[in-house]
Amino acid sequence: MKKYTINIAFLAGCLLIVLGAQAGLFNLYIQSVILFMGINIILSTSLNLVNGSMGEFSCGHAAFMCVGAYVSSVVTVLLFAQNKILGAPLLPPELAPFFFPIAIIIGGAVAALVGILVAVPSFKTRGDYLAIITIAVNYMVISGLENLDIIGGPRGFMGMKQVVYAMTDVADIPWMMIWTLLGTAFTLWILRRYTSSTFGKGVNAICQDEIAAEIMSVNTDRIKLVTFMLSSGLAGVAGGLFAHVIGYVNPQSFNILKSTECLVMVYLGGMGSLTGAAMSAVLFTLLLEALRPLQIIKWVIIPLILVLLMQFRPEGIMGNKELSDVFPKLKRYFSFK
Amino acid sequence: MEALFQNIINALQWGSFYALIALGYTLVYGVLLLINFAHGDIFMVGAYIAFGVSVFVLGVQGLDLPNWAVLACGVPLTMILTAGVGVTLERIAYRPLRRKGAHRLYVVITALMCGLILENGNLALLGASRKKFPELMEKTVWSLGDVSVTNLKVLVIFAAFAVFGILNFIVTRTRIGMAMRAISYDKFAIPLMGIPVDTIIVFTFVLGSGFAGLAGMLFAMSYPILEPYMGALIGWKAFIAAVVGGIGDIRGAFVGGFLLGFIEILVVAFFPSTLRDLIAFSILLVILWMKPTGLFGIARHQKI
Repeated sequence: MKKYTINIAFLAGCLLIVLGAQAGLFNLYIQSVILFMGINIILSTSLNLVNGSMGEFSCGHAAFMCVGAYVSSVVTVLLFAQNKILGAPLLPPELAPFFFPIAIIIGGAVAALVGILVAVPSFKTRGDYLAIITIAVNYMVISGLENLDIIGGPRGFMGMKQVVYAMTDVADIPWMMIWTLLGTAFTLWILRRYTSSTFGKGVNAICQDEIAAEIMSVNTDRIKLVTFMLSSGLAGVAGGLFAHVIGYVNPQSFNILKSTECLVMVYLGGMGSLTGAAMSAVLFTLLLEALRPLQIIKWVIIPLILVLLMQFRPEGIMGNKELSDVFPKLKRYFSFK
Repeated sequence: MEALFQNIINALQWGSFYALIALGYTLVYGVLLLINFAHGDIFMVGAYIAFGVSVFVLGVQGLDLPNWAVLACGVPLTMILTAGVGVTLERIAYRPLRRKGAHRLYVVITALMCGLILENGNLALLGASRKKFPELMEKTVWSLGDVSVTNLKVLVIFAAFAVFGILNFIVTRTRIGMAMRAISYDKFAIPLMGIPVDTIIVFTFVLGSGFAGLAGMLFAMSYPILEPYMGALIGWKAFIAAVVGGIGDIRGAFVGGFLLGFIEILVVAFFPSTLRDLIAFSILLVILWMKPTGLFGIARHQKI
């Protein structure tokens, strides 16, 4: 029983949210905040895998999100929506709910392939030089997409809302909510499984001491490759969900500022802590919404909070510990492996 | 042919700004091993300070001095004030962390956030309307065949070379430069030798930020429209230029800045201008793949 408590609790929570959205308990604004929470959880936990668990400093996470968003959007719009450039839908709209997750996964896979761009240089370089490479990749992805006129270039790309409407025509349930919750659950599950697996123990070994890990027969290159690809692939999934929630993407919405947001979430939560990253993503989303009336001053206050955090509690909310390490009594009720 | 020469002159001007900012990055990195991500925004603050000084203090709405006097007094004043901003940043944000012996990463995050605070604080205080910088120099154009050179371009290029010479002299020939190199060599043994570490670090920030202020003033004179986010993109790019040259090395920053300037201008000259970032960054990535520690960087072997 202990083995399944967390899954049951999570499932019950998700069901409550979906049913509440279906019954109209939450208005659309609250629903959208919950959606962004899910997307931010995916982003922050996936970046936490590289920045926290592996101890590298990647600050171009939005690039992979951008790739995922564009690829999955183009796939779904090509298949299910009427578009000026891509023409008539190729498939009947009844199939949309079945092909939507496939499109998201395709987006994630392409983003993972772009992740190789960062992973290969990381075999040799570390620290500041790798930070540069990630920033450069971020600029390159945005610049490349702005030059692709076939998908709108700097004007952006739209039509994803039609796909969501096609899904609601099949069955009138909050589809995006379901997919986002599923994506979040999948992300948390796979990251937890990965970092606690025998292979994934090497990730933390690289963080502690790369040379020692190499000597102790950890295949560091392979672990870096897999970790970067997993992290960027999940960011691609988050991007795909983001694109379909908003219904419009443009390259500039995934610039360095977005990457900085991801970094803020990771360091707010505490490096290398999965629950910390998830909690801080929720907190950060709420903070963004709470500070919305302040408009531009919001972006002064959020960095200020982080500066103060670095001064007085640099390890973040959780500080490299999971929830069960902070409250050991919780271990009686669940095991999360 | 003339077009090529014209582009080379433009690239020298554009690269001068990159080089000036990259020098500041490199100085701070060389001494503290800290990427001062707020440096691009200090450059932006420098441009705004130059605007304030040349309009509200010395210029039309202040003392109403003639243009040459505004320029002559404005440059040192801007440099001093911008250096003050840089030192304040070091005092408030970086020094407490350094005293605590915090992880390097936390200092980098703090720097990144300070940059955001400067950008958006500026936007919140002064509004989003762009500022028009007054014309301080009578524009004279010298034509050599079809190649035209303005006196401003010559000034900018000359300033970059002069700053490089001054910095090179300070770092390699003076006692304070020796202390800087010593701190970057071993920051634990140096205080025991009686070298005032904090003073040296403050001096480093004064140098770096002062030259960022100079760059801001020259930039505002060359492209007289100011906006709060002007420092972000140039700052990131100058940082990348510094890394390509080999960060922590003054020659590297200088060469890297000019290299990036040349790449960008020549791409714009011969390809569609939208491809500028893509091609520039791709070339830089290839350079970093070939030489992971930059052009002038020395591979450091870790002891086990």
